[in-house]
Amino acid sequence: MLRISIDKLDELFESISAKQTLYIPTDREDGAAEYKKYESGIKLSGKLNTLRSAKDFFFPQTENLVDFKMEGKTIEVIDTREESEDFVVFGVRACDARSFTILDKVFLADPVDSYYKNRRDHGTIVTMACTRPAETCFCQTFDIDPTAPEGDVACWNDGKYIYFAWRNEKGEAFLDCLSDVLEDAEPEGIAELNAKTKDIMKRLPLADLSTDSFGGDRLMEHFNSEKWGELSESCIGCGTCTFVCPTCQCYDIKDFDTGHGIKRFRCWDSCMYSDFTKMAHGNPRLTQLERFRQRFMHKLVYFPANNNGEFGCVGCGRCLSKCPISMNIVKVMKALEVKE
Amino acid sequence: MQEAMIARAKELLADGTVNRVIGWKKGEFAYDITPAIFETPEEINKDFVYDDFTAANVSKYLVKESRREGKILAFMKPCDTYSFNQLIKEHRVIRENVYIIGIPSWGKLDAEKIKSMGVTGILGAQRDGNDIKISTLYGEEKLPFFDVMLEKCKSCKSKKHVIYDELIGEDGEVIDSNRFDMVEQLENMTAQERYDFWRAQLSKCIRCNACKNVCPACTCEKCVFENPASGIENKAAVDSFEENMFHIIRAFHVAGRCTDCGECSRVCPQNIPLHLLNRKFIKDINLLYGEYQAGADTTSRAPLTDYTQDDCEASIVHERGVE
Repeated sequence: MLRISIDKLDELFESISAKQTLYIPTDREDGAAEYKKYESGIKLSGKLNTLRSAKDFFFPQTENLVDFKMEGKTIEVIDTREESEDFVVFGVRACDARSFTILDKVFLADPVDSYYKNRRDHGTIVTMACTRPAETCFCQTFDIDPTAPEGDVACWNDGKYIYFAWRNEKGEAFLDCLSDVLEDAEPEGIAELNAKTKDIMKRLPLADLSTDSFGGDRLMEHFNSEKWGELSESCIGCGTCTFVCPTCQCYDIKDFDTGHGIKRFRCWDSCMYSDFTKMAHGNPRLTQLERFRQRFMHKLVYFPANNNGEFGCVGCGRCLSKCPISMNIVKVMKALEVKE
Repeated sequence: MQEAMIARAKELLADGTVNRVIGWKKGEFAYDITPAIFETPEEINKDFVYDDFTAANVSKYLVKESRREGKILAFMKPCDTYSFNQLIKEHRVIRENVYIIGIPSWGKLDAEKIKSMGVTGILGAQRDGNDIKISTLYGEEKLPFFDVMLEKCKSCKSKKHVIYDELIGEDGEVIDSNRFDMVEQLENMTAQERYDFWRAQLSKCIRCNACKNVCPACTCEKCVFENPASGIENKAAVDSFEENMFHIIRAFHVAGRCTDCGECSRVCPQNIPLHLLNRKFIKDINLLYGEYQAGADTTSRAPLTDYTQDDCEASIVHERGVE
């Protein structure tokens, strides 16, 4: 294991950012944390998590896919793809790290999404173990261990030092390049640190939340549940939950007429929006109840049905904090739960 | 207060005055309260809540609810009554189908603000004089109540209910509020400073539409921003200024109709102080057309849809635009 003293964190960031673009969570003026490109003077946030998730690095809110240029009766198709530069995302929590596995199942399955893959190939994920989980955390419901986050490199912060362990070859190569600032260390205190966190995890208000009632084989009973009406009645149909979610992956593809050509772009879509999946024939989900149901069925039933039982939620708790009317996946799971 | 509300709601359900109640339902934590409709005394007993975190304005739900079978009981804070009155004025709600009980509001708490101060693992919250005592997984925290109040409550404009069928508790007065202080600060900036302020704020927008969807003044059946046929419906910004325009245009659209209920800023996941745009319009309308409070009544002519010979000339834009 390797480590660096917290006082020398700036040296580490300088060293990384001299080689490739580095993004770290940093505090904004309003107290929220967000990922920012590192430059001298920027300080690592002490917050548990960023307001927006880390999925933005691989699946940005908007991106151009292809351009079309018209001249007379000919249309030229311009491939606008460029090789991404190498970059590092530092301080990703275990929940967000797992979200990449979920997104990979969507975008790296055949046919591979080359736009997404390009960024995945060039991005290095440095995760950070949690020590102060929030009341909104329920990653353990999805078998995520916040004291042993995935990623290419994982870190633990004991208040004095940050300890590093590589998780794969990419991570090993990354740490090799930082031998000038990192020192060898024994992972002595880590077990104790993790035990403390695990003790807190047991006392979290959502510690008992279970997925037992959900999965790919529970389609009709949940789809036809009478509870959707009550659950969705106060939903205002905004896209907040879907846009702060690390695993929501629905997108729309549209053409923008520049006046002398077309830019075809894709952007995040939200199942909460009234024009979600609207097609030439119309809209398959006409009411907010149906759109609301789609989001939770997707995460708790459809996604596991198509992905060997893996759920489409990582329990990061962002939607719990941010929904304008405080309706969320936890309330839905508790309402639909089948008590044996 | 909550007990009195529950008791009265059950009475009105029992005697047939109403067949359902719109209020708020408690959640998993101390603060995650959801607007909800209750149809039985059992549902009310189980989940009805009215406390320091009960902030959501229920008036917009009544656009739909007042068109359903039977009469609905709605509990309204003073600010909510302004929104409801404005909806009556715009013929968006059916007044006769709503039984309104005015309830006092002493200012509501902002859980996001509490969290931004580093308080985490929140298990409970209790009023303690001028403070709020918060029990957390990591010990007890005490914060001054005012410091962690919602922005909309910190600059409350009125404790008076402008419409109700009955009241629980005493009615308050219109407050000589400080709500234009920040607008004045912005006005006193140079154009460049003001531009920088708004660019920094509005560029945080993730276009989730929470502000527009929660806004009681935004009740178009089909919003242009959700209508693919409108030509301006976009889930993606064409350029980096588009989010800025979105909010400025929305503020124009609700100018003269916005009651300053503050819901837009309350729900913004990115903490953009959107209410300041609306307050600028309110302040200018007061100055150029005479004092006017949207939602204060249901009969007066609104300044922007009325013409008088005293109205300012269009050239005012040029005069006021000079640095």
